[in-house]
Amino acid sequence: MNAVISVSNPLLRITDLRVDFGSHTALRDVSFDLFAGETLGLVGESGSGKSTLARAILRLVRSSHGSVVWRGRDLLSCDSRELRALRRDLQIVFQDPLASLNPRMTVGEAIAEPLCIFEGALNARERTGRVAAMLERVGLTAHMISRFPHEFSGGQCQRIGIARAMILSPKLLVCDEPVSSLDVSIQGQIVNLLLDLQRDVGTAMIFISHNLAVVRHLSHRILVMYAGRLVEIAPRDALFAAPIHPYSRALLAAVPSPTPVSRTVQASAAPVEASSSQPVTTGCAFRGRCAYAVAVCAITIPPLEEMTPGHWAACHRGRELPASGLGTFRGC
Amino acid sequence: MSGLFDDAARRLRSNPGALCAMFIILSMVALTLIGPWFNPNGGEALDWSHVASQPALQSAHWFGTDRLGRDLFARTLQGTRVSLAVGLVASAVSLLVGIGYGGVAGYVGGRTDHVMMRIIEILSGLPLIFFVIFLTVIFGRNEYLLFLSIGAVGWLTMARIVRGQTLSIRQREFIEAAVASGAGTARIIAKHVIPNVIGPVIVYATLTVPQIIMFESFLSFLGLGIQEPRASLGTLIAEGAGEMEAAPWILLVPGGFLAVLLLCLNIFGDGLRDALDVKER
Repeated sequence: MNAVISVSNPLLRITDLRVDFGSHTALRDVSFDLFAGETLGLVGESGSGKSTLARAILRLVRSSHGSVVWRGRDLLSCDSRELRALRRDLQIVFQDPLASLNPRMTVGEAIAEPLCIFEGALNARERTGRVAAMLERVGLTAHMISRFPHEFSGGQCQRIGIARAMILSPKLLVCDEPVSSLDVSIQGQIVNLLLDLQRDVGTAMIFISHNLAVVRHLSHRILVMYAGRLVEIAPRDALFAAPIHPYSRALLAAVPSPTPVSRTVQASAAPVEASSSQPVTTGCAFRGRCAYAVAVCAITIPPLEEMTPGHWAACHRGRELPASGLGTFRGC
Repeated sequence: MSGLFDDAARRLRSNPGALCAMFIILSMVALTLIGPWFNPNGGEALDWSHVASQPALQSAHWFGTDRLGRDLFARTLQGTRVSLAVGLVASAVSLLVGIGYGGVAGYVGGRTDHVMMRIIEILSGLPLIFFVIFLTVIFGRNEYLLFLSIGAVGWLTMARIVRGQTLSIRQREFIEAAVASGAGTARIIAKHVIPNVIGPVIVYATLTVPQIIMFESFLSFLGLGIQEPRASLGTLIAEGAGEMEAAPWILLVPGGFLAVLLLCLNIFGDGLRDALDVKER
């Protein structure tokens, strides 16, 4: 958490990113910066576009508009040869650890794949040495190198996925809900492993999760997504202390707390019957679930504005809503 | 890949049925290759003193003779060799072309896939017999041409199967992981797609061998394939069918060879599928 973050020059600058799947727009108007060594937490409910954003950044899905500038190069406009070369520094850990490993490849072959692609000069023995060292580094043993993925548990498979992603010491690691399919007892181990590796390598990280406790533990800044848009960007402590967007408030209020909270806060959380996947063509997508919605919310889409320094939110009423006590304020 | 095949070989060794079938196939191959040296009779020599004689170990003709007095043992071995060669070569051609074509169509997808599949549809719309007659007329009668033309048509189905398998593999997350790792299209097809489609494809290939042997028999029967004095199992069976009542062994000997061969190929194909089928969960 104490990594030095350079704020002068972003490692990654995303501008107006938009992804369409047919007539459905999964992601729109997404803009943010990521700095070297920084961990961005990305939270939001299912279908809010978190995974799509992860894939769009790495150009695993086609974006229809916008730019993803990685150290001065736009990933969306460079040709496939150049993109492949850049992938050396951009790696991803997937949600389903077993599905992300080729069932026909041994663990050793899977982890060695980035080495085979980017460090062709290594001979077989050097490669095996690197893979064995990496296996040990992620908490497995070197003799597992010739086993197949189905012989491992979910947590072990995720360690293998992390080993594959980290073997080239990438500058950016995107983690797409890496712990959500694992047992709670394993989640902590995997998160700590990621933190350890990040500390050693200095990798910047985009960490997607719907588990706010995990995101809070890892992130420097947190992005909140709703219906394909960023609705709030804030430093971790600022978000947890004083969320601005009503959706963020509902999200935080929904977190079970070790200390009993007043029932009124719980009760004010957004009604669940409305779905964020319903097409909203005008106005704020959240207004149907928002306790503070006013007339303007149905007409114009709220832009992402800097409410307090470093704390951005996309809400027409962001400045006027009280900082706390969201259970008592019911709006107009 | 090496891990994959070591593993498959280990599993195949623990399957007695498949091992047995493999052993029989290999001994038949060996017999067709070295058998003629132990048999005093050539396949084309006519023995006028033994016309359509019964099988008997004490005579010179162990499996008897046909109605022209040719030694049935020699002819059956020669026929088995030709049939196996046609089956294996044509299957290999269809396997190679089919995997390459289907893999590219399925993985690249989009317009490429569209065009490639339309080409397959046009080709499979051509009647095979016309195609073979056409080739025979242009290039003259030639056994290798026969291999080639059967293989050239056999790959159409193979390509469709490979494409279908590839389409489903392509959706899997490990392909996305490979793309994210920086792997190029050729590497992904070779290392990730093909090893995962190879199981069903190999099984289909072992089932293609008998199909092609049958098809060759059919062509030979029509006069487009193997011609006298050369023999294949198909021509021998056709010949034997005519003498079925008077001299059943002329049908039964090559028929038995074909039946055993097809049975063993099928059992072996089945065992191979089990061996290549990595449990995923």
